[in-house]
Amino acid sequence: MPNTHDVLFRTLADPTRRALFERLCREGEKTVGALTARAGVSQPAVSKHLGVLKQAGLVRDRHEGRQTHYSAQVGALAPLIDWTSQMTGFWQNRFDDLENLLKRMDQ
Amino acid sequence: MSNTAAATELRSVVVEREIPHPPEKIWRALTQPHLIQEWLMKNDFMPVVGHDFKLSADWGAVDCRVTAVEPNRTLAYTWGAYGLESVVTWTLTPTSTGTHLRMEQAGFRPDQQQAYGGAKAGWPRFFASLEQILARLE
Repeated sequence: MPNTHDVLFRTLADPTRRALFERLCREGEKTVGALTARAGVSQPAVSKHLGVLKQAGLVRDRHEGRQTHYSAQVGALAPLIDWTSQMTGFWQNRFDDLENLLKRMDQ
Repeated sequence: MSNTAAATELRSVVVEREIPHPPEKIWRALTQPHLIQEWLMKNDFMPVVGHDFKLSADWGAVDCRVTAVEPNRTLAYTWGAYGLESVVTWTLTPTSTGTHLRMEQAGFRPDQQQAYGGAKAGWPRFFASLEQILARLE
């Protein structure tokens, strides 16, 4: 689904947003406050980025008291890292080029 | 990783075709650098088990090592690129009209590999390649 790819690429194209997602992947669930402490941007900005990540399915939020905890949804990246579908297309094209070469080669 | 759980998590891509040329001719196209370049990529390939070589294209390079050479029958090499560690195996079977050519690429999914190699090794590589993809889109 190319549309899914577009959303994922657009969402992760922003370096600050990507850094937030990467941190959640590496360090596990975090509150907005904990993420802001090392993000280099304001808390409202972090919240906005998290909202975009959530819409793309890349993070999930969990409310606990007055705190909101965010965690990465690594499965959302599956369309980007399904190497088998990408490589199938790659090899089909290489086979075409190989056949063309064989036609040009001497016995 | 010799346990069965790891083995079942392998994934593979198979492409096969009936080709109206003899195995000997296809073998040349698969193993001679100037011919490999015409259908695959620039390379410093040698049909010697243990030989390390690179396949290079404008989008990057693939690190390979020859793991099996049986002239006119089987050729295998490792294929490492963008965090994907896999093995490409070519099998040539003579037929009455030419050759049945089969290519199988087997490897772990990047997310599984990350579990094996550790999150620290896996994620930065994935994001680095993502940045390269994004840079090309602009």
